[in-house]
Amino acid sequence: MMLTLVGLSEGMLEDAARRATGVGADILIRAPGTSLISMSSASLSEKYLSFFLEQPHVKLAVGTVEQPTGGVNTVTGLDLAEFNAMSGGFKFLAGRPFQSDREVIVDEYYARQNNLSVGSTLNLLNLEWRVCGIVEPGKLARVVVQRRVLQDLTGSTGKLSRIFLKLDDPANTDKVLAALKEKLPDFPMYSMAELTSLYSVSNVPGLSAFIGVIIAVSIIVGFLVVFLSMYTAVLERTREVGILKALGASPFYILNIIFRETAILAIAGSVLGIMLTYGSRWAVMVFAPAALTQKIVPDWWPIAGAIAFAGAMLGAFYPAWKAAGQDAIEALSYE
Amino acid sequence: MNNGEIVIRVRNLRKVYHVGDVDVHALRGVDLDVERGEFVSIVGPSGSGKSTLFHILGGLTPPTDGEVYIHGHNLRELSEAGRTELRRREVGFVFQKYNLLPTLSAADNIAIARHIARRNGPEDPRFQQVLELLGIRHRLHHKPRALSGGEQQRVAIARAIVNNPSILLADEPTGNLDTENSNIVLGLLRDLNERLGQTILMITHNPEAAAYGHRIVRMRDGRIQDE
Repeated sequence: MMLTLVGLSEGMLEDAARRATGVGADILIRAPGTSLISMSSASLSEKYLSFFLEQPHVKLAVGTVEQPTGGVNTVTGLDLAEFNAMSGGFKFLAGRPFQSDREVIVDEYYARQNNLSVGSTLNLLNLEWRVCGIVEPGKLARVVVQRRVLQDLTGSTGKLSRIFLKLDDPANTDKVLAALKEKLPDFPMYSMAELTSLYSVSNVPGLSAFIGVIIAVSIIVGFLVVFLSMYTAVLERTREVGILKALGASPFYILNIIFRETAILAIAGSVLGIMLTYGSRWAVMVFAPAALTQKIVPDWWPIAGAIAFAGAMLGAFYPAWKAAGQDAIEALSYE
Repeated sequence: MNNGEIVIRVRNLRKVYHVGDVDVHALRGVDLDVERGEFVSIVGPSGSGKSTLFHILGGLTPPTDGEVYIHGHNLRELSEAGRTELRRREVGFVFQKYNLLPTLSAADNIAIARHIARRNGPEDPRFQQVLELLGIRHRLHHKPRALSGGEQQRVAIARAIVNNPSILLADEPTGNLDTENSNIVLGLLRDLNERLGQTILMITHNPEAAAYGHRIVRMRDGRIQDE
């Protein structure tokens, strides 16, 4: 559970970073007071597009509008001509670009998750949209409509959520960034390298705490499961403990057996847990590829293993102690 | 094969169990000597104190009063750890219900007794002789559930003597066996005693089984009635 949830957290952040960098920009700019992770309303004037284009070394500027559509899903509005110039354009797996206002382009994952094909109807923002194209995932967004249409629908005509800048040479990024920050000190701006590092668990408000809670719950659940399992196992094997004592086994010998069994169970459970994360990733890819992205997190394997081991040992301690102290005669007469 | 050396010496042995507010006098002054190489049958009705005597001699429970020496060790002076060591080195148990560990093969059931006694070196050549005598060599890799009652009891006997104990305590070893298997097991106990000089104390209700011993000790109401 822990590995799956951590994998989902990291996977979704990485996917967001990958899609942002897939735009092909060198710099990202947000409106003052908005958050990188949470969806903010479009509050950046379109006029800034021409302002940024006038800056030295800035070759292209793309403005996007993001609108939440429920859960973690969003619809993104963009000017396809601007976007194509910067990113090289979407790679269409089926269909074509927009030809009318009520058309939507979705990526392959979103189409698969929602059983969409070109010509299908999709309800977004309480309106019916026709799927005109299905594209390869990894560029900006999963659901894309025309920027002007989305601005009008959301009452943000002439407003943008984010602006991406492409420079004449990526080597100029730091220089341009410094100059822009001087001119617009309240605007959050990032190079794409910075952006990638910002899409991390520690930069998402509450996510570290959430993972901490998950770890705590895992320890408590693991402890209770192992405690009850070992307690039941020891109870069922009372007679066997009696036999061992009759053969001359010391309390330490019995403790040692139970702890070794517990250790083997904990290690086997950890390996099984790691294997199950591959299973859950497969399930995510099959059933919710657009909504969720799960990463396999080898860095967490030793942590999860250590937590499972410690929880199991803690859970086995009392049953083991009880077994070691059992009266041999009572244990031998146990039915 | 008696040679006059006393392996078990019991003097005025008393055991009182406290059951709630009631004191149950299980043994009320038992005196008994057993020489090395003797085969002693202990008979008596239920509640006569046979099993309590068995448990004290095996170091499973301490006496309330009196003296018990097993191969020179005074049980009253032994701590719990000391009695554990006694069970490991000096005593082998055979139970009515065999008490084999169900998840282990016959061979592993025997091996675990060696492991507990920390005898992980090469097997005692005497033990090969025992395996031949017990006739279980070909059944050693079977789990207890795949063995007949008689075979299970023979494995239990092998386990009891694998560490070459001073005494073998058998509590109703034929209680769960049919006549044929009972005779086999009793014959094996007698062979162990006669050929290898194993000292054996056997509790039984069965007069025919008791007759296999060199002498019969009769118990009643926590005392030895006669020998």
